[in-house]
Amino acid sequence: MNWKAIWAIYASEMTRFFRTLAQSFLSPVLSTSLYFVVFGAAIGSRIDQVDGVSYAAFIVPGLVMLSVITQSITNGAFGIYFPKFVGTIYELLSAPVNFLEVVVGFVGAAATKALFIGVVILATSTFFVDLTVQHPLAMVAFLVLTCLSFALLGFIIGIWAENFEQLQLVPLLIVTPLVFLGGSFYSISMLPPFWQTVTLFNPVVYLISGFRWAFFGVADVPVGFSLLAITGFACICLAAVWWIFRTGWRIRN
Amino acid sequence: MSIVEIENLRKIYAGGFEALKGITLGIEEGEILALLGPNGAGKTTLISTICGITMPGEGTIRVGGHDVVRDFRDARRMIGLVPQEIYLEPFTRVFDTVRFSRGLFGKPKDDAYIEKILRQLSLWDKRESRTQELSGGMKRRVLIAKALAHEPRVLFLDEPTAGVDVELRKDMWDVVAELKSSGVTIILTTHYIEEAEAIADRVGVINGGELLLVEDKDVLMARFGQKELHIEITEPLSEMPAALADRGLRLSEDGRMLSYTFVSTGERTGITALLNDIAQAGLVMCDLRTEESSLEEIFVSLVKEGVV
Repeated sequence: MNWKAIWAIYASEMTRFFRTLAQSFLSPVLSTSLYFVVFGAAIGSRIDQVDGVSYAAFIVPGLVMLSVITQSITNGAFGIYFPKFVGTIYELLSAPVNFLEVVVGFVGAAATKALFIGVVILATSTFFVDLTVQHPLAMVAFLVLTCLSFALLGFIIGIWAENFEQLQLVPLLIVTPLVFLGGSFYSISMLPPFWQTVTLFNPVVYLISGFRWAFFGVADVPVGFSLLAITGFACICLAAVWWIFRTGWRIRN
Repeated sequence: MSIVEIENLRKIYAGGFEALKGITLGIEEGEILALLGPNGAGKTTLISTICGITMPGEGTIRVGGHDVVRDFRDARRMIGLVPQEIYLEPFTRVFDTVRFSRGLFGKPKDDAYIEKILRQLSLWDKRESRTQELSGGMKRRVLIAKALAHEPRVLFLDEPTAGVDVELRKDMWDVVAELKSSGVTIILTTHYIEEAEAIADRVGVINGGELLLVEDKDVLMARFGQKELHIEITEPLSEMPAALADRGLRLSEDGRMLSYTFVSTGERTGITALLNDIAQAGLVMCDLRTEESSLEEIFVSLVKEGVV
Protein backbone atom coordinates (compact mmCIF):
# COMPACT_ATOMS: atom_id res chain seq x y z
CA MET A 1 0.00 0.00 0.00
CA ASN A 2 1.15 3.50 -0.83
CA TRP A 3 0.28 4.96 2.60
CA LYS A 4 1.92 8.29 1.84
CA ALA A 5 -0.37 8.73 -1.17
CA ILE A 6 -3.43 7.86 0.89
CA TRP A 7 -2.38 10.39 3.51
CA ALA A 8 -1.67 13.05 0.84
CA ILE A 9 -5.19 12.65 -0.60
CA TYR A 10 -6.81 12.50 2.84
CA ALA A 11 -4.94 15.52 4.20
CA SER A 12 -5.61 17.60 1.10
CA GLU A 13 -9.35 16.81 1.28
CA MET A 14 -9.48 17.62 4.98
CA THR A 15 -7.69 20.93 4.35
CA ARG A 16 -10.56 21.89 2.06
CA PHE A 17 -13.00 21.01 4.84
CA PHE A 18 -11.18 23.05 7.47
CA ARG A 19 -10.87 25.99 5.08
CA THR A 20 -14.64 26.37 5.35
CA LEU A 21 -14.92 25.19 8.95
CA ALA A 22 -17.42 27.80 10.11
CA GLN A 23 -19.71 26.91 7.23
CA SER A 24 -19.22 23.17 7.80
CA PHE A 25 -19.93 23.57 11.51
CA LEU A 26 -22.66 26.20 11.66
CA SER A 27 -24.94 24.82 9.00
CA PRO A 28 -25.68 21.44 10.67
CA VAL A 29 -25.98 23.07 14.12
CA LEU A 30 -28.51 25.54 12.78
CA SER A 31 -30.58 23.00 10.83
CA THR A 32 -30.62 20.54 13.76
CA SER A 33 -31.74 23.28 16.13
CA LEU A 34 -34.57 24.15 13.73
CA TYR A 35 -35.67 20.52 13.55
CA PHE A 36 -35.75 20.36 17.35
CA VAL A 37 -37.73 23.56 17.63
CA VAL A 38 -40.28 22.49 15.00
CA PHE A 39 -40.51 18.72 15.47
CA GLY A 40 -39.33 18.39 19.03
CA ALA A 41 -40.89 21.36 20.82
CA ALA A 42 -43.81 22.54 18.65
CA ILE A 43 -45.13 19.26 17.20
CA GLY A 44 -43.46 16.82 19.59
CA SER A 45 -45.23 18.24 22.62
CA ARG A 46 -48.53 17.01 21.11
CA ILE A 47 -47.24 13.52 20.38
CA ASP A 48 -47.18 10.75 22.96
CA GLN A 49 -44.08 8.80 23.65
CA VAL A 50 -42.96 6.48 20.90
CA ASP A 51 -41.82 3.04 22.05
CA GLY A 52 -41.46 4.46 25.56
CA VAL A 53 -39.20 7.32 24.44
CA SER A 54 -40.12 11.02 24.32
CA TYR A 55 -40.71 12.15 20.72
CA ALA A 56 -37.98 14.80 20.87
CA ALA A 57 -35.44 12.14 21.89
CA PHE A 58 -36.91 9.59 19.46
CA ILE A 59 -36.06 11.74 16.42
CA VAL A 60 -32.40 12.30 17.42
CA PRO A 61 -31.01 9.13 15.75
CA GLY A 62 -33.05 9.83 12.62
CA LEU A 63 -31.84 13.43 12.48
CA VAL A 64 -28.23 12.35 12.88
CA MET A 65 -28.65 9.72 10.14
CA LEU A 66 -30.38 12.22 7.85
CA SER A 67 -27.43 14.62 8.05
CA VAL A 68 -24.73 11.96 8.08
CA ILE A 69 -26.10 10.20 4.98
CA THR A 70 -26.55 13.46 3.09
CA GLN A 71 -23.12 14.77 4.11
CA SER A 72 -21.36 11.49 3.30
CA ILE A 73 -22.83 11.41 -0.18
CA THR A 74 -22.24 15.10 -0.87
CA ASN A 75 -18.64 15.08 0.35
CA GLY A 76 -17.85 11.76 -1.30
CA ALA A 77 -19.29 12.93 -4.61
CA PHE A 78 -17.72 16.39 -4.57
CA GLY A 79 -14.29 15.09 -3.49
CA ILE A 80 -13.77 13.10 -6.70
CA TYR A 81 -15.95 15.24 -8.98
CA PHE A 82 -13.92 18.39 -8.32
CA PRO A 83 -10.61 16.97 -9.68
CA LYS A 84 -12.58 15.75 -12.71
CA PHE A 85 -14.13 19.19 -13.13
CA VAL A 86 -10.88 21.21 -12.85
CA GLY A 87 -8.82 18.54 -14.64
CA THR A 88 -6.44 17.70 -11.80
CA ILE A 89 -7.57 14.06 -12.00
CA TYR A 90 -4.68 13.57 -14.45
CA GLU A 91 -2.37 13.55 -11.46
CA LEU A 92 -4.27 10.76 -9.71
CA LEU A 93 -4.35 8.68 -12.88
CA SER A 94 -0.62 9.06 -13.51
CA ALA A 95 0.44 8.48 -9.89
CA PRO A 96 1.69 5.12 -8.57
CA VAL A 97 -1.56 4.45 -6.73
CA ASN A 98 -4.20 1.76 -7.17
CA PHE A 99 -7.96 2.14 -6.89
CA LEU A 100 -8.06 1.11 -3.26
CA GLU A 101 -5.62 3.81 -2.20
CA VAL A 102 -7.52 6.52 -4.07
CA VAL A 103 -10.79 5.32 -2.55
CA VAL A 104 -9.41 5.08 0.98
CA GLY A 105 -8.07 8.64 0.70
CA PHE A 106 -11.19 10.27 -0.72
CA VAL A 107 -13.83 8.16 1.00
CA GLY A 108 -11.96 8.25 4.30
CA ALA A 109 -11.94 12.06 4.18
CA ALA A 110 -15.61 12.28 3.16
CA ALA A 111 -16.58 9.85 5.94
CA THR A 112 -14.51 11.80 8.49
CA LYS A 113 -16.28 15.02 7.57
CA ALA A 114 -19.70 13.35 7.85
CA LEU A 115 -18.72 11.76 11.15
CA PHE A 116 -17.60 15.14 12.47
CA ILE A 117 -20.94 16.65 11.51
CA GLY A 118 -22.82 13.68 13.05
CA VAL A 119 -21.00 14.23 16.34
CA VAL A 120 -21.75 17.97 16.19
CA ILE A 121 -25.46 17.22 15.70
CA LEU A 122 -25.45 14.74 18.57
CA ALA A 123 -23.78 17.30 20.80
CA THR A 124 -26.30 19.96 19.73
CA SER A 125 -29.21 17.64 20.49
CA THR A 126 -28.09 17.32 24.12
CA PHE A 127 -29.07 20.98 24.55
CA PHE A 128 -32.67 20.05 23.71
CA VAL A 129 -33.20 16.54 25.09
CA ASP A 130 -31.80 14.20 27.73
CA LEU A 131 -30.01 11.54 25.78
CA THR A 132 -28.74 8.21 27.00
CA VAL A 133 -26.96 5.72 24.80
CA GLN A 134 -27.60 2.12 25.80
CA HIS A 135 -25.13 0.53 23.36
CA PRO A 136 -22.36 3.06 22.72
CA LEU A 137 -20.14 0.67 20.77
CA ALA A 138 -22.97 -0.29 18.44
CA MET A 139 -23.81 3.38 18.00
CA VAL A 140 -20.25 4.19 16.94
CA ALA A 141 -20.16 1.14 14.65
CA PHE A 142 -23.43 2.12 12.91
CA LEU A 143 -22.31 5.72 12.57
CA VAL A 144 -18.90 4.83 11.11
CA LEU A 145 -20.31 2.17 8.76
CA THR A 146 -22.99 4.55 7.52
CA CYS A 147 -20.45 7.33 6.93
CA LEU A 148 -18.15 4.97 5.03
CA SER A 149 -20.74 3.22 2.89
CA PHE A 150 -22.59 6.37 1.87
CA ALA A 151 -19.31 8.17 1.19
CA LEU A 152 -18.56 5.26 -1.16
CA LEU A 153 -21.94 5.76 -2.83
CA GLY A 154 -21.12 9.47 -3.11
CA PHE A 155 -17.76 8.59 -4.68
CA ILE A 156 -19.56 6.53 -7.35
CA ILE A 157 -21.97 9.41 -8.00
CA GLY A 158 -19.02 11.79 -8.29
CA ILE A 159 -17.42 9.61 -10.95
CA TRP A 160 -20.69 9.12 -12.78
CA ALA A 161 -21.70 12.80 -12.76
CA GLU A 162 -20.79 14.84 -15.80
CA ASN A 163 -22.04 18.17 -14.46
CA PHE A 164 -23.09 19.82 -11.22
CA GLU A 165 -26.79 19.11 -11.86
CA GLN A 166 -26.17 15.38 -12.01
CA LEU A 167 -24.09 15.68 -8.86
CA GLN A 168 -27.20 16.90 -7.02
CA LEU A 169 -29.65 14.57 -8.76
CA VAL A 170 -29.20 11.33 -6.83
CA PRO A 171 -29.04 12.90 -3.34
CA LEU A 172 -32.07 15.05 -4.08
CA LEU A 173 -34.33 12.63 -5.93
CA ILE A 174 -33.46 9.31 -4.33
CA VAL A 175 -31.60 9.67 -1.07
CA THR A 176 -33.63 12.42 0.61
CA PRO A 177 -36.98 10.64 0.02
CA LEU A 178 -35.50 7.34 1.18
CA VAL A 179 -34.18 8.91 4.35
CA PHE A 180 -37.38 10.84 5.09
CA LEU A 181 -39.50 7.74 4.48
CA GLY A 182 -37.04 5.54 6.35
CA GLY A 183 -38.43 6.27 9.77
CA SER A 184 -36.36 9.33 10.68
CA PHE A 185 -39.33 11.00 12.33
CA TYR A 186 -41.60 8.05 13.10
CA SER A 187 -41.61 4.38 13.97
CA ILE A 188 -42.68 2.26 11.02
CA SER A 189 -45.11 0.51 13.37
CA MET A 190 -47.18 3.73 13.12
CA LEU A 191 -47.84 2.99 9.43
CA PRO A 192 -50.75 0.90 8.05
CA PRO A 193 -49.69 -2.76 7.49
CA PHE A 194 -49.41 -2.40 3.70
CA TRP A 195 -47.01 0.54 3.94
CA GLN A 196 -45.04 -1.21 6.64
CA THR A 197 -44.32 -3.99 4.13
CA VAL A 198 -43.40 -1.48 1.40
CA THR A 199 -41.11 0.35 3.81
CA LEU A 200 -39.13 -2.82 4.47
CA PHE A 201 -37.75 -2.50 0.91
CA ASN A 202 -36.19 0.83 1.88
CA PRO A 203 -32.61 0.10 2.98
CA VAL A 204 -32.44 3.25 5.09
CA VAL A 205 -35.09 1.81 7.42
CA TYR A 206 -32.57 -0.79 8.57
CA LEU A 207 -29.94 1.84 9.26
CA ILE A 208 -32.12 4.17 11.24
CA SER A 209 -33.70 1.28 13.13
CA GLY A 210 -30.32 -0.15 14.07
CA PHE A 211 -28.98 3.25 15.05
CA ARG A 212 -32.05 3.95 17.17
CA TRP A 213 -31.66 0.56 18.86
CA ALA A 214 -28.14 1.59 19.91
CA PHE A 215 -29.67 4.57 21.72
CA PHE A 216 -32.92 3.25 23.22
CA GLY A 217 -32.77 -0.53 22.87
CA VAL A 218 -35.92 -0.57 20.71
CA ALA A 219 -35.95 -1.27 16.96
CA ASP A 220 -38.38 -1.68 14.06
CA VAL A 221 -36.35 -4.54 12.58
CA PRO A 222 -33.94 -6.96 14.31
CA VAL A 223 -30.56 -5.30 14.84
CA GLY A 224 -28.72 -8.18 13.12
CA PHE A 225 -30.61 -7.35 9.91
CA SER A 226 -29.57 -3.75 10.24
CA LEU A 227 -25.92 -4.65 10.56
CA LEU A 228 -26.16 -7.07 7.65
CA ALA A 229 -27.88 -4.46 5.49
CA ILE A 230 -25.28 -1.75 6.03
CA THR A 231 -22.34 -4.17 5.58
CA GLY A 232 -23.92 -5.58 2.42
CA PHE A 233 -24.48 -2.07 1.07
CA ALA A 234 -20.85 -1.14 1.74
CA CYS A 235 -19.69 -4.30 -0.08
CA ILE A 236 -21.87 -3.55 -3.14
CA CYS A 237 -20.48 0.00 -3.32
CA LEU A 238 -16.91 -1.26 -2.96
CA ALA A 239 -17.45 -3.78 -5.76
CA ALA A 240 -18.86 -1.02 -7.97
CA VAL A 241 -15.84 1.22 -7.30
CA TRP A 242 -13.47 -1.68 -8.01
CA TRP A 243 -15.22 -2.25 -11.36
CA ILE A 244 -15.03 1.48 -12.19
CA PHE A 245 -11.27 1.58 -11.71
CA ARG A 246 -10.75 -1.74 -13.46
CA THR A 247 -12.57 -0.59 -16.57
CA GLY A 248 -11.69 3.10 -16.33
CA TRP A 249 -15.39 3.97 -16.69
CA ARG A 250 -15.82 7.75 -16.93
CA ILE A 251 -12.25 8.40 -15.73
CA ARG A 252 -9.84 6.92 -18.27
CA ASN A 253 -10.17 7.16 -22.02
CA MET B 1 18.97 0.06 -22.83
CA SER B 2 16.66 2.99 -23.54
CA ILE B 3 14.99 4.56 -20.51
CA VAL B 4 11.64 4.52 -22.33
CA GLU B 5 10.94 1.64 -24.72
CA ILE B 6 7.76 1.62 -26.76
CA GLU B 7 7.02 -1.38 -28.97
CA ASN B 8 4.28 -1.55 -31.55
CA LEU B 9 1.88 0.60 -29.53
CA ARG B 10 -1.65 0.81 -30.85
CA LYS B 11 -4.59 2.71 -29.41
CA ILE B 12 -8.12 2.62 -30.74
CA TYR B 13 -10.67 4.80 -28.95
CA ALA B 14 -14.17 3.55 -28.17
CA GLY B 15 -15.58 5.35 -31.23
CA GLY B 16 -13.27 3.33 -33.49
CA PHE B 17 -10.74 6.13 -34.08
CA GLU B 18 -7.23 4.71 -34.32
CA ALA B 19 -5.12 7.31 -32.51
CA LEU B 20 -1.84 5.37 -32.51
CA LYS B 21 -0.97 2.97 -35.31
CA GLY B 22 1.83 0.76 -34.06
CA ILE B 23 4.45 3.13 -32.65
CA THR B 24 7.92 1.82 -31.82
CA LEU B 25 10.31 4.25 -30.18
CA GLY B 26 13.27 4.20 -27.80
CA ILE B 27 14.14 7.25 -25.71
CA GLU B 28 17.67 7.50 -24.34
CA GLU B 29 18.48 8.61 -20.82
CA GLY B 30 19.43 12.27 -20.50
CA GLU B 31 18.22 13.37 -23.92
CA ILE B 32 15.56 15.88 -24.92
CA LEU B 33 13.24 14.36 -27.48
CA ALA B 34 10.75 16.61 -29.22
CA LEU B 35 7.68 15.00 -30.70
CA LEU B 36 6.66 17.24 -33.54
CA GLY B 37 3.27 17.04 -35.20
CA PRO B 38 0.11 18.98 -36.02
CA ASN B 39 -3.01 18.99 -33.83
CA GLY B 40 -4.63 15.58 -33.67
CA ALA B 41 -1.43 13.78 -34.70
CA GLY B 42 -1.48 11.49 -31.66
CA LYS B 43 1.15 13.28 -29.55
CA THR B 44 -1.02 13.68 -26.45
CA THR B 45 -2.44 10.16 -26.77
CA LEU B 46 1.10 8.77 -26.88
CA ILE B 47 2.14 10.69 -23.77
CA SER B 48 -1.12 9.91 -21.95
CA THR B 49 -0.72 6.22 -22.65
CA ILE B 50 2.84 6.13 -21.32
CA CYS B 51 1.80 8.02 -18.19
CA GLY B 52 -1.27 5.91 -17.39
CA ILE B 53 -4.03 8.39 -18.20
CA THR B 54 -5.16 6.50 -21.28
CA MET B 55 -5.37 2.72 -21.36
CA PRO B 56 -2.98 1.20 -23.88
CA GLY B 57 -4.43 -0.99 -26.63
CA GLU B 58 -1.86 -3.37 -28.10
CA GLY B 59 1.88 -3.22 -27.63
CA THR B 60 4.17 -2.67 -24.66
CA ILE B 61 5.67 0.34 -22.93
CA ARG B 62 8.54 0.06 -20.47
CA VAL B 63 9.99 2.89 -18.41
CA GLY B 64 13.32 2.09 -16.77
CA GLY B 65 12.62 -1.55 -17.64
CA HIS B 66 9.25 -1.54 -15.84
CA ASP B 67 6.10 -2.38 -17.81
CA VAL B 68 3.67 0.55 -17.41
CA VAL B 69 0.69 -1.77 -16.93
CA ARG B 70 1.97 -4.79 -15.00
CA ASP B 71 4.56 -2.90 -13.00
CA PHE B 72 2.77 0.45 -12.95
CA ARG B 73 4.00 1.60 -9.55
CA ASP B 74 7.71 1.40 -10.36
CA ALA B 75 7.15 2.76 -13.86
CA ARG B 76 5.09 5.75 -12.73
CA ARG B 77 7.48 6.64 -9.90
CA MET B 78 10.02 7.44 -12.59
CA ILE B 79 7.69 9.65 -14.60
CA GLY B 80 6.65 13.27 -14.21
CA LEU B 81 3.90 14.70 -16.40
CA VAL B 82 3.14 18.30 -17.26
CA PRO B 83 -0.22 18.35 -19.05
CA GLN B 84 -1.07 20.55 -21.99
CA GLU B 85 -3.93 22.36 -20.26
CA ILE B 86 -3.41 24.20 -16.99
CA TYR B 87 -5.06 21.90 -14.47
CA LEU B 88 -4.74 23.31 -10.95
CA GLU B 89 -7.08 23.53 -7.99
CA PRO B 90 -7.78 27.26 -7.83
CA PHE B 91 -7.82 27.72 -4.04
CA THR B 92 -4.75 25.66 -3.18
CA ARG B 93 -1.50 27.38 -2.30
CA VAL B 94 1.57 26.79 -4.48
CA PHE B 95 3.67 25.12 -1.79
CA ASP B 96 0.80 22.89 -0.66
CA THR B 97 -0.05 21.65 -4.12
CA VAL B 98 3.59 20.76 -4.86
CA ARG B 99 3.88 19.00 -1.52
CA PHE B 100 0.67 17.10 -2.29
CA SER B 101 2.18 15.83 -5.56
CA ARG B 102 5.25 14.54 -3.75
CA GLY B 103 3.11 12.66 -1.23
CA LEU B 104 0.86 11.25 -3.94
CA PHE B 105 3.89 9.61 -5.53
CA GLY B 106 4.78 8.01 -2.21
CA LYS B 107 7.83 10.13 -1.42
CA PRO B 108 8.59 11.15 2.17
CA LYS B 109 8.03 14.78 3.09
CA ASP B 110 11.00 16.93 2.09
CA ASP B 111 10.23 20.64 2.24
CA ALA B 112 13.85 21.53 1.52
CA TYR B 113 13.63 19.75 -1.84
CA ILE B 114 10.35 21.50 -2.66
CA GLU B 115 12.00 24.81 -1.80
CA LYS B 116 14.83 23.95 -4.21
CA ILE B 117 12.40 23.25 -7.06
CA LEU B 118 10.35 26.36 -6.39
CA ARG B 119 13.51 28.49 -6.36
CA GLN B 120 14.74 26.85 -9.55
CA LEU B 121 11.44 27.72 -11.24
CA SER B 122 11.36 31.27 -9.76
CA LEU B 123 8.25 30.41 -7.76
CA TRP B 124 9.60 30.71 -4.24
CA ASP B 125 8.19 34.21 -3.76
CA LYS B 126 4.78 32.88 -4.76
CA ARG B 127 4.78 29.84 -2.48
CA GLU B 128 1.96 31.18 -0.31
CA SER B 129 -0.15 32.41 -3.25
CA ARG B 130 -3.26 30.58 -4.29
CA THR B 131 -2.85 29.15 -7.78
CA GLN B 132 -5.79 31.19 -9.10
CA GLU B 133 -3.84 34.38 -8.31
CA LEU B 134 -0.96 33.47 -10.65
CA SER B 135 -0.35 34.45 -14.27
CA GLY B 136 -0.56 31.84 -17.02
CA GLY B 137 3.22 31.45 -17.21
CA MET B 138 3.48 31.02 -13.45
CA LYS B 139 0.72 28.41 -13.45
CA ARG B 140 2.61 26.41 -16.03
CA ARG B 141 5.70 26.57 -13.83
CA VAL B 142 3.63 25.29 -10.90
CA LEU B 143 2.63 22.32 -13.07
CA ILE B 144 6.31 21.68 -13.78
CA ALA B 145 7.12 21.94 -10.06
CA LYS B 146 4.36 19.43 -9.30
CA ALA B 147 5.71 17.07 -11.94
CA LEU B 148 9.23 17.35 -10.49
CA ALA B 149 8.16 17.04 -6.85
CA HIS B 150 8.78 13.28 -6.70
CA GLU B 151 12.21 13.50 -8.38
CA PRO B 152 11.28 11.73 -11.64
CA ARG B 153 13.93 10.57 -14.10
CA VAL B 154 11.71 11.13 -17.12
CA LEU B 155 9.68 14.28 -17.61
CA PHE B 156 6.90 14.59 -20.18
CA LEU B 157 5.96 18.11 -21.23
CA ASP B 158 2.83 18.17 -23.36
CA GLU B 159 2.92 21.34 -25.47
CA PRO B 160 4.66 23.41 -22.78
CA THR B 161 4.50 26.58 -24.84
CA ALA B 162 1.08 26.30 -26.49
CA GLY B 163 -0.62 29.67 -26.25
CA VAL B 164 2.38 31.22 -24.50
CA ASP B 165 3.86 34.50 -25.72
CA VAL B 166 7.35 34.70 -27.22
CA GLU B 167 9.10 35.89 -24.07
CA LEU B 168 7.57 33.19 -21.91
CA ARG B 169 8.39 30.60 -24.54
CA LYS B 170 12.09 31.49 -24.36
CA ASP B 171 11.79 31.40 -20.61
CA MET B 172 10.34 27.91 -20.77
CA TRP B 173 13.17 26.78 -23.05
CA ASP B 174 15.66 27.97 -20.43
CA VAL B 175 13.80 25.98 -17.79
CA VAL B 176 13.94 22.86 -19.97
CA ALA B 177 17.66 23.32 -20.61
CA GLU B 178 18.28 23.65 -16.89
CA LEU B 179 16.27 20.50 -16.18
CA LYS B 180 18.27 18.61 -18.73
CA SER B 181 21.51 19.69 -17.08
CA SER B 182 20.21 18.22 -13.83
CA GLY B 183 20.04 14.83 -15.58
CA VAL B 184 16.32 14.52 -16.31
CA THR B 185 15.27 12.90 -19.59
CA ILE B 186 12.73 15.16 -21.28
CA ILE B 187 10.10 14.34 -23.85
CA LEU B 188 8.12 17.29 -25.11
CA THR B 189 5.46 17.64 -27.73
CA THR B 190 5.15 20.68 -29.89
CA HIS B 191 3.85 21.83 -33.21
CA TYR B 192 6.47 24.53 -33.54
CA ILE B 193 9.51 23.55 -35.61
CA GLU B 194 11.57 26.34 -34.06
CA GLU B 195 10.85 24.97 -30.61
CA ALA B 196 12.16 21.53 -31.54
CA GLU B 197 15.13 23.25 -33.14
CA ALA B 198 15.87 25.39 -30.09
CA ILE B 199 15.89 22.73 -27.39
CA ALA B 200 15.76 19.15 -28.66
CA ASP B 201 18.59 16.66 -29.16
CA ARG B 202 16.41 14.40 -31.26
CA VAL B 203 13.15 15.05 -33.06
CA GLY B 204 10.37 12.58 -33.75
CA VAL B 205 7.79 13.51 -36.35
CA ILE B 206 4.33 12.15 -35.72
CA ASN B 207 1.25 12.47 -37.90
CA GLY B 208 -1.99 10.54 -38.20
CA GLY B 209 -1.01 8.27 -35.31
CA GLU B 210 2.22 7.18 -37.01
CA LEU B 211 5.79 8.02 -36.16
CA LEU B 212 7.12 9.15 -39.52
CA LEU B 213 10.73 9.37 -38.40
CA VAL B 214 13.06 10.01 -35.47
CA GLU B 215 16.31 11.80 -36.26
CA ASP B 216 19.04 13.80 -34.60
CA LYS B 217 17.92 17.38 -34.67
CA ASP B 218 20.84 18.57 -36.80
CA VAL B 219 20.13 16.02 -39.52
CA LEU B 220 16.47 16.82 -39.55
CA MET B 221 16.87 20.57 -39.51
CA ALA B 222 19.16 20.41 -42.50
CA ARG B 223 16.31 18.69 -44.29
CA PHE B 224 13.54 20.85 -42.91
CA GLY B 225 15.47 24.06 -42.70
CA GLN B 226 14.95 25.20 -46.28
CA LYS B 227 13.83 28.77 -46.47
CA GLU B 228 12.87 31.13 -49.26
CA LEU B 229 14.21 34.67 -49.35
CA HIS B 230 12.02 37.08 -51.35
CA ILE B 231 13.63 40.33 -52.44
CA GLU B 232 11.38 43.05 -53.81
CA ILE B 233 13.00 45.59 -56.11
CA THR B 234 11.82 49.08 -56.99
CA GLU B 235 12.20 48.90 -60.81
CA PRO B 236 10.78 45.82 -62.57
CA LEU B 237 13.24 43.70 -64.58
CA SER B 238 12.53 42.15 -67.93
CA GLU B 239 15.25 39.55 -67.49
CA MET B 240 17.80 38.44 -64.90
CA PRO B 241 20.96 40.64 -64.99
CA ALA B 242 24.02 38.72 -66.26
CA ALA B 243 25.94 39.39 -62.99
CA LEU B 244 23.29 37.45 -61.07
CA ALA B 245 22.70 34.68 -63.61
CA ASP B 246 24.61 31.97 -61.75
CA ARG B 247 23.22 32.90 -58.30
CA GLY B 248 20.30 30.45 -58.37
CA LEU B 249 17.79 33.28 -58.26
CA ARG B 250 14.30 33.14 -59.70
CA LEU B 251 12.58 36.17 -61.18
CA SER B 252 8.84 36.64 -60.72
CA GLU B 253 6.58 37.16 -63.76
CA ASP B 254 6.03 40.85 -63.03
CA GLY B 255 9.80 41.28 -62.70
CA ARG B 256 9.57 42.86 -59.24
CA MET B 257 10.57 39.93 -57.09
CA LEU B 258 13.75 37.83 -56.82
CA SER B 259 13.52 34.57 -54.88
CA TYR B 260 16.35 32.56 -53.37
CA THR B 261 16.26 29.18 -51.60
CA PHE B 262 18.72 28.50 -48.77
CA VAL B 263 19.25 26.28 -45.73
CA SER B 264 18.78 28.36 -42.59
CA THR B 265 20.65 25.96 -40.31
CA GLY B 266 23.76 25.99 -42.51
CA GLU B 267 26.72 28.11 -41.40
CA ARG B 268 26.93 29.78 -44.81
CA THR B 269 23.63 30.71 -46.32
CA GLY B 270 25.15 32.87 -49.05
CA ILE B 271 22.77 35.70 -48.28
CA THR B 272 25.39 38.36 -47.52
CA ALA B 273 27.24 37.80 -50.79
CA LEU B 274 23.97 37.66 -52.69
CA LEU B 275 22.74 40.98 -51.32
CA ASN B 276 26.12 42.56 -52.14
CA ASP B 277 25.90 41.28 -55.71
CA ILE B 278 22.34 42.58 -56.10
CA ALA B 279 23.42 46.03 -54.89
CA GLN B 280 26.45 46.00 -57.20
CA ALA B 281 24.22 45.07 -60.13
CA GLY B 282 22.54 48.43 -59.52
CA LEU B 283 19.23 47.05 -58.29
CA VAL B 284 17.45 48.94 -55.51
CA MET B 285 15.79 46.72 -52.94
CA CYS B 286 12.63 47.93 -51.20
CA ASP B 287 11.59 44.90 -49.17
CA LEU B 288 12.96 41.59 -47.90
CA ARG B 289 11.11 38.69 -46.34
CA THR B 290 11.73 35.01 -45.66
CA GLU B 291 9.32 32.10 -45.71
CA GLU B 292 9.73 28.58 -44.41
CA SER B 293 7.87 25.42 -45.24
CA SER B 294 4.88 24.77 -43.03
CA LEU B 295 4.71 21.61 -40.98
CA GLU B 296 2.02 20.27 -43.27
CA GLU B 297 4.26 20.77 -46.32
CA ILE B 298 7.02 18.91 -44.52
CA PHE B 299 4.70 16.02 -43.74
CA VAL B 300 3.61 15.88 -47.35
CA SER B 301 7.22 15.82 -48.48
CA LEU B 302 8.07 13.14 -45.90
CA VAL B 303 5.27 10.92 -47.09
CA LYS B 304 6.26 11.53 -50.72
CA GLU B 305 9.82 10.54 -49.89
CA GLY B 306 8.42 7.23 -48.76
CA VAL B 307 9.71 7.46 -45.23
CA VAL B 308 6.63 5.67 -43.91
